[in-house]
Amino acid sequence: MTEAVNVGRLRVPPRAKRGEVVEIRLLLQHPMENGFRRDTLGRSVPRNIIHRLVAHYDGREILRAELGTGMAANPYFAFFTRAGASGEVIIEWEDDLGVKGSLRAPIEVS
Amino acid sequence: MRILALSLALLAAPAWSQSPRSGLEFQGEDIRRLQGDDFANPAMLWAERGAAAWQRKQGAANTSCADCHGAVEQSMRGVAARLPAWDARLGRVSTLEGRITACITREQRAAEPAPESHDLVGLLAYVALPSRGMPLRVDVAGPAQASFERGRELYAKRIGQMNLACTHCHDRQAGKTLLAEKISQGQPTAWPAYRMEWQAAGTLERRLRACFLGVRAEMPNYRDDDLVALQLYLAWRAQGLPLEAPGVRR
Repeated sequence: MTEAVNVGRLRVPPRAKRGEVVEIRLLLQHPMENGFRRDTLGRSVPRNIIHRLVAHYDGREILRAELGTGMAANPYFAFFTRAGASGEVIIEWEDDLGVKGSLRAPIEVS
Repeated sequence: MRILALSLALLAAPAWSQSPRSGLEFQGEDIRRLQGDDFANPAMLWAERGAAAWQRKQGAANTSCADCHGAVEQSMRGVAARLPAWDARLGRVSTLEGRITACITREQRAAEPAPESHDLVGLLAYVALPSRGMPLRVDVAGPAQASFERGRELYAKRIGQMNLACTHCHDRQAGKTLLAEKISQGQPTAWPAYRMEWQAAGTLERRLRACFLGVRAEMPNYRDDDLVALQLYLAWRAQGLPLEAPGVRR
């Protein structure tokens, strides 16, 4: 299954009260090839890991992750942040093949 | 009259000792939690691909699934719970996958999608979603009967170097431990499902083929009539259990 895929799901609460702690959840479809496997013909499968993942909220970096070969395929992330001002949560990532992806979702703070 | 009622009751109830239980009950807490959470359930990634494929125009006819069928919530409600079924136009029993591939080649006039391609599994998951929670109820009478009897025969037939039939594990040993896993009853309610071992979502056919490999038997080809017959029998055997697709399995 080496079909190029770049699908993800991002969920943030659309509305929050100021100062409230909100959970941000992210699920990406990615093979996360660790580079140690061989295919059915014995050829080595090149490493392809989402090595960098950054989350911004309202223009501020709130999470930066450097991932390695220990992650399973289709990684799932959940983390928390404090709702300050209305703004957009932007998640960006890049894998070893140079494929970049991003997802965004707004939070309206009242 | 009493004999008739009794024989009808015997026909209605699948003939094994345990009452049917979803494969989810044989899974660990982690898998159950994952399937219970529609966001974290990785099979939903495929359903999302399917939603995109449903809207995509393709083939010589340049039509999308949505052009004819509209919204899945209305047009596909309950469909996945009553398949496999006899298809008069195809002249054989057909699974949901068979219906979709027939529609793609016949109506969209596009190339037949490869077995287990991401978009096809996605479409299966997406089309099954509106039937989630509905009890399985397949029609095995009439023209479907020959295929159903074939499926029942295959289920009980010893195969492979291990000389085992489906029934030996999934009826007589269900609930016991095999290596690190609990043996399930082999109920097909979660499929298409995300399987941890594959790190991908796949169809019931792929799962059944894995069972053939497990008993060291020759694997039937994808979309083989025997595999369809087996799926029809399994759906009948699971009747009354609610559909869980797209599920998660170890």
